[in-house]
Formats: sequence, C-alpha cells, structure tokens
Amino acid sequence: MALHKGRGFACINYPIGMNLGGDPSQALVHSTPDGKFMVSLSAIDLGQGMKSVTRQIAAETLGVPVADVYVDTADSDTGPHDMGSFASRGTHRVGNAVIRAAAEARAAMMEAAADELEVNPADLDTDGEGNIHVKGAPGRSITVADTAIAAQFKQGKTLSGRGIFLIPTSDVDADTGEMTPVSCFAHAAVVVDLEVDDETGEVTVSQVNSAYEVGRALNPKMVEQQLIGGAWMGISHALYETTEPYYPDRSHGPDDYNSYLMPGAGDVVPHNIAVLERPAEDAPFGGKGPGEMCANPLLPAVANAIYNAVGVRCDMLPITPEKVLRGIQANGGAQPKGTF
Amino acid sequence: MSSIEFRKDLFADERDDTLKEIGKPTIRQDILGHVTGRSPYFDDHLFEGLLHMRCVRSPHHHARIRSIDTSAADRMPGVRRVIRPEDVPNNLNTLLALINFGKDDEALLQGKKVAYVGEPIVAIIAETERQARDAAAVVRVDYEVLPHVLDVEEALEPNAPVVSETYPNNTFDYHELYDHQKLRFGDVEKGFAEADHIVEGRYQMSPIEQAPTETCGAIAAPETNDRFVCYTSTQALFFSLGTTAKLLDMPSSQLHFIGGTVGGGFGGKVDSLHEPLAVLGSKLTGAPVKYIFDRAEEMQVGAPRGAERWYIKDGVMNDGRIVARQFTGFFDCGAYTRLSSYAIIKGTGHLPGPYSIPNVASNVYCVYTNRTPATAMRGFGITGVDFSIECHMDKVAEAVGMNPIELRILNAYRDGDMKAHRRLAKNTALIECCQVAASKADWAISAQAAAQTSLQGGGGERAAIPETVTDQAGKIGERRRNKIPTAPGEGASAKGRVAAGTSVAPIIAVPPQRDDMIIDPARTGHRKSAAEQSPAVPSVHSAPIAPPRYTPPTPPTQAPMAPPPAAPVAQPQQQAAAVQPAAAEPYKPTEPFQKGIKRPGVSRFISGTRRR
Repeated sequence: MALHKGRGFACINYPIGMNLGGDPSQALVHSTPDGKFMVSLSAIDLGQGMKSVTRQIAAETLGVPVADVYVDTADSDTGPHDMGSFASRGTHRVGNAVIRAAAEARAAMMEAAADELEVNPADLDTDGEGNIHVKGAPGRSITVADTAIAAQFKQGKTLSGRGIFLIPTSDVDADTGEMTPVSCFAHAAVVVDLEVDDETGEVTVSQVNSAYEVGRALNPKMVEQQLIGGAWMGISHALYETTEPYYPDRSHGPDDYNSYLMPGAGDVVPHNIAVLERPAEDAPFGGKGPGEMCANPLLPAVANAIYNAVGVRCDMLPITPEKVLRGIQANGGAQPKGTF
Repeated sequence: MSSIEFRKDLFADERDDTLKEIGKPTIRQDILGHVTGRSPYFDDHLFEGLLHMRCVRSPHHHARIRSIDTSAADRMPGVRRVIRPEDVPNNLNTLLALINFGKDDEALLQGKKVAYVGEPIVAIIAETERQARDAAAVVRVDYEVLPHVLDVEEALEPNAPVVSETYPNNTFDYHELYDHQKLRFGDVEKGFAEADHIVEGRYQMSPIEQAPTETCGAIAAPETNDRFVCYTSTQALFFSLGTTAKLLDMPSSQLHFIGGTVGGGFGGKVDSLHEPLAVLGSKLTGAPVKYIFDRAEEMQVGAPRGAERWYIKDGVMNDGRIVARQFTGFFDCGAYTRLSSYAIIKGTGHLPGPYSIPNVASNVYCVYTNRTPATAMRGFGITGVDFSIECHMDKVAEAVGMNPIELRILNAYRDGDMKAHRRLAKNTALIECCQVAASKADWAISAQAAAQTSLQGGGGERAAIPETVTDQAGKIGERRRNKIPTAPGEGASAKGRVAAGTSVAPIIAVPPQRDDMIIDPARTGHRKSAAEQSPAVPSVHSAPIAPPRYTPPTPPTQAPMAPPPAAPVAQPQQQAAAVQPAAAEPYKPTEPFQKGIKRPGVSRFISGTRRR
C-alpha cells in the first residue's frame, strides 16, 4: 500500500443576487432622542452576519460610530419588506437599501445641524466619531447627539430615512436564454493538496491555498470566518455528504449525524487565503457577499487532486473511499499523474 | 494553521480605503448572546399550554390515497385536534407563486396522491410530542401503490409514471413553450467542426443535507386581536408570511411573524412548510402550537440540495482555446417544484462558467421524480455545474497537454467580453484569483500567463454577439409522445437563426426615490468617480483595447425579445453623478463660532430607551 500525494486546481465565479422575479429589500433608519440610530429591517441573520454588515453600512453612510447604530430585524410588524436571505442577495440588496435609508437620515441630520450652526448643510461633514463640523473648520462643530436633541425637541424634525433597492424583473428569452440574471460576480481560485490511500481509497485533505475576490471585505473578520467555514463545507460536500448514498436508489438514507458523515471542527484543514477586493459598481461600498460562493471551488479541486494523486476521475459526488478504490482497481492500481 | 492576507495592492486604484467603519473587524452585535447561550431562537418561546404537532407521512414513493381513517387517532390520549387535508383552506400552492412563477402544484397536507416517501397527509395536535407521535401511528391510510420513477432521464421516457398531475410530462414548463430552458449563443456545431479535440464528460451530484444545528420549525399562538404571532426559523420572513396567508386564505395583516436568530440555514429554511401548519393548528385549537422537524425528518423529509446530472461537450483547439461548449443538464427537483425551476434559470445565466467561449448551447431540464422535493442550498443552481465545469476543464487541459491553471487563464472572461446570456462582463477578477492562488501554492505558471490581467484583452471582437443558431425542439408534451434527444439542437426538425448583435437593454436597479437617498459618490468607497465611467462601458479600464460594440448592428429579429417595460437605461452611478454637488470651497466663518459645541458633562440622554 502507499499514500499518494495529489494537488488539484479549480476556479469559479459566482452570481450575486438574483433578479428574475424582481427582488426588493427595504430599510428604515431613525434616530433616538439622544442621537443613536436604529435600523429596522426584516432581513434574517442566519449567523452570516447580516445584522453586523448592515450596521457597519448604516454607520458608514450616516457618518457616525458603529457603536451608535443598532439593527433591529425580523419582526414583520416593525421591519419593512425584504425578500429574504438567499441567493447571495443579503449584503447586496439589503445593504443598498440601508445606504439609501441612511443617506436620507444623514441629509436630515445635516439640515438639523446646519440650522444649529447657522450654516449651509452642504458645508458640513461628519468625522465618524459623533461630531458634525464645518468643512475646513473642524473646531466649529456640533455633536450628533446635540443635533438629535435639537431636531426633536426644538426644531420638530425627525432624523429618519427610508430606503428600497430593487432591480426589476428580467425576462428570460425562451429561445436564446438572453437575460440579466444578476448584478455582479465574485471570484475564487483554489489549490487543494491531499493524500489518497490506495489500499482503502481514503482521501485526506492536507492543505488549501486560495484566492477569493469579494468586491470589498466589509468586515474582514467575518469574511475570514465565511471563507474558512465555507471551504470546509465544500470539502465535506466533495468527500462525505449525501442523503442518498446510492442515488438514484433511495435506500440507506441517513437519518442522524451518526450516519450522515461530516468532518468535525478538528478536521478543518489548514487554509491559506488571499482576499482580493475589486469593488462592484452597484454593490454597497463595492462588497459582493462571499458566503455562498466560497464552498464551490473546493468540490472540483478535490476531484482534480484525486485524479492527480491516483489517476481516478471522480465525476460523481460524494467521492467516497469505495468509489476511489473501485477506480484504482479498475485501472489496475494507482496511476499518479505527476506533480505541479 | 490557517492564514489570511488582504491583497490591498490589487485593484488599489479602484478602491478608496479610507472608509471609517467599512473594512473594520467590528464584532457582531449579537455575539455575546450566542457564545453565552442566551440568544433566543424560535424554539425558546415556550408558551403556557403549548401543543405539539406531528405529521402522518407517506411510506410509499408513489401511491393513490383511497381513504384516511383518523377515528382511532381522535380517541388517543392528549389529542386535541386532527388536521386532515380538507381542513386546509386553500390546499395547493407553489413557493414561487409569490413572484408569479410556475403553477400551484403542492398541497400542505396531501389527500389524493402521495408522490414521495415522507409526504405529509394528516397532522396531529396533542398535549405532548409523545402523544402526537402515538396518535400519528394509529392513523390508517389506505393506499393504492403506483409505479414510481427515481431517475431523471428515465422520468423523461414517454411511458414513465406521471409524478405530478400539474406537470404531466415530468418537466417544468418554461415560457409555456418548452420542457426545458434553452441557452443559445453562436453555433456550437460549427465550433465542434473547427475544433482539434472534442472532450466530453458526464457529472453527477447526489442530494445533500443543509445540516443546520437547529431543525426547521415554527411556533404559532393566537393573539388577543384576531391575529396570530408566529416565531419561526425561516430564512425569508415575508416569503413565509405570504405563503401562510395564501394557504390559509387569510389576510396577511392577521399574521405577525417574528424570526431573527436562526440556528443555521444554508438554504434549507426557505420552504415555509412549518409556519402554515403551526398557524392553522393554532387557529383550529385556539392554543399555541409548535411544529418542528426531528432530525430524521430534517434529513429525509426536509428538502435537500437536489441532485444534478450534467453532460458537457467541448470543442478545443490545440493551443487550448475552447471554441464551443455544450451542456445538457438535469435538475432532480423531486416530486414538487419548490425553487428548482428558478435555480435552473440562475444556472443557465451562469453558463459556460467564467470563460469567454464564442459558441455555447445548453438545455437544462427541471425533472420531477418520486423523491423528496429539492430546495435551495448554498450555491443553489451553481454548485453542481461548477463542479462539472471545473472537473471538465482539467480533462480539457489533459487533452491538449496544458498546465490546468494556464488553460483557465487563457480562456478566462475579461472586462468587456460578451457573455452567453448576452450581457457584457464587467468587474471581472478570475485571472487575478488564478495567479494569486497559484503563487500561494507555489504552482508554477508561465510568464505569459502570469502577465495577463482581467482589465485588458477583453472587449473588441470579444464583445460581439454572434449570429446564433436556434431550434424549437422539446416543446411541452412532445417528449411524452415520442422519445427525442435531450441535447441542444438534437431532434430539431429545423434550425433557425438569430442575427448577430441581437440583444435587448440590460435591466438595472431602480434609482433612488429622492435625491436625499443618494449617498455622496465621494463616500461610496469607489476610487473612480462615477463621472469618469463612460455610459455604455461598465468598468472597462483605460487600457488600449477596443471598446465593446454594444449597439446591435441589426434590429432585433425575435418577437420575444421586446424590451421589458419601463427599463431605465442609465447606470445607477450616473443617477448618483447627476446630483453630485460641485466640490465646495472650504467654509470660512465670518465671525467667531458661539453655539452648538460639545458640552462635556451634559447628559445627552433625555427620554428615549431602546425598544429592546
């Protein structure tokens, strides 16, 4: 028996958002009396960080510290309409709606501050730390808190904004497939290194090197979490998971985690990531949403690496030890394809 | 150990990296609740007197229901209500009815004919989950077992069992015309004839589970004002609310849905199976009702990522250029449509992958089989075909004896290239990703491949839409009468031609309602101001490449290609540019500033509190 090293490559692009049915999202922003801002949504945070990303987007657009913004979401009585968290649309669609709502709230805030400072609103800017000052004269300023107090208790104005983002329905041509399916694309390329045991057919992934282009890393920590977790999910899909092991036969389907195989947290392979950022013109601050796409290139890269290691083409997922071993036996033994 | 680096050197001239909050590793606002176990999930809303729901499910792949006898279940201890199919006010729906896509094909509780193992027939509401399970076990359903079909290509045979009476051909109806979605760009047959090599492959993906930690579920309770509150694990709050309103035939204003913290979704929590039954149960009993999948249901009854089968045929030149690529794809959507029909359109728009190939054709089928309906999962519509494309690229590389990464860079799409769905590529970065990944892994590529860029070499001739060969094979119902081939163009009695350059205006975002809703373009994080971008060329660099020829040289020849109504043609960024204020002179005060300054020590807090 022997362990054979192999390496495989794959690269992909991934469509962000989906506008074949019209795909709106709304957001509302309002200030509390002391100059904090509430963002009201009905978008769902699945753990992907919806609340955090929209909070940062609102803070950036308003020009206030992120600590002064809170996101309240997922109550149909208070949150305005949103299609949902799927199709990599959350950051793009909801983010754009939040930008519009926050921009309108900012305009109201600047008007209120201008009244207090007795200047033209166009001459004002925010410092991102809770102050509004005259451009070129940072000493002449008012805090966001005092602006909110003045607006509400003196001027009788709200500091609030509404936002919606919609790309209208795209028709799809029946004969040519012409359409405008999405708004932008994220990109990725990965190199997977693994070992194949030619006696058992078992595959052990040893290392992943990758480059992911995400438009802009709106929150670099959350991007890192998404990419490491997503790549793990891609490897799991490639090597372990299925609800129908003998598809299309339905027998032997797993019904718990003892029989539905997934690698554990201890099986996360070392993954060296490079993040590239090419902002998309219609995306919030250019960010495209890395969540969905990051698993995809791992599947073919694993299959290609197995071929490189032992010469077995694995065109059916998942690539179980049984399939690898049968392939090796059919070829009369492992046939390593050389090194890259 | 894993590592991450941010390659700020790449595309630096397109970004403004001086933003204050964007790009910061801000901690999640809800992380403390998560790590201390205090974040409330839907299942934490334990109402007093909460009732529990379990479903009686089909043990057969395919069977007609002769009768349902629930009399024994009615008498079981703790049973408060047995919901039968006829108790559902409007017992037929399709998820995408909300966007007017497809026909209603799925019952909330099936009373006529079950089409997969696990299909719900009767729902039992009892005081404990144990009692609900026991009562479900004594419901007697009399079945007439029918022949079933589990393979997508067998389901397309003329004599295959009919899975869904709504779609008697076992395929979703596209455009009320074909039994599949077509994509045609150029002439693949001509490309294959010119090619030095033909490379073919077949790829298959089995269903997989989204595997959330928290299984799908909902708790509904009557409120005092003739409304119902529903705590749910949904990924799409208004989707679930709208679906519930339709199935229960009640005004959406009577529904108050609360979601939020979800224990993992990955696409498996869009189907809205639990909210309607929980609300119906609550309505019929006047009590709070919980309906949640157990783990076995989550894995075998909850919709998986569906299986896909793809056939790819490439025509390749000796130098590695792919000159034609053809796909035949089958999505195994299971017994009912759910979202598969939509994923096929998304997948079709994705073909032929991130490559510029002058001749592309595909036929993709949404096929009904007697298995658990499929639904969304991370990468929906794309994961399976990306697996196929990228495995195939390695086969092509081997066929022409090329380094696999160099092959990708050679064929990669670039800014200004025309894509097969007739829209220009922009903002591309595939080549850079290939180069960076290769370098990180010490995978040597040629100096020529390392010198390529997404910004140059695209557009020009590559922006042209070629004359395209079309066919009308695969009309709805045709396959039921005669066995006909599934691959693009095969079995067509005649071929049509669409003139070169035929396309309609792209769809773009609706501009903001009011000028105040437009963020100052200088604050969007884009380095290139909107004004610098020319109208029809999105993001093409000022490199010495010919601008894409976007204007069709001939008028559109096809009636179905009429422009969609009221599609604005201007770029959203130009809308923003239109109201961009002129750069203001720095303000110079005429007298010393007096009021409104920060007052340390003065409380800013007057009366408000956060709502929660």
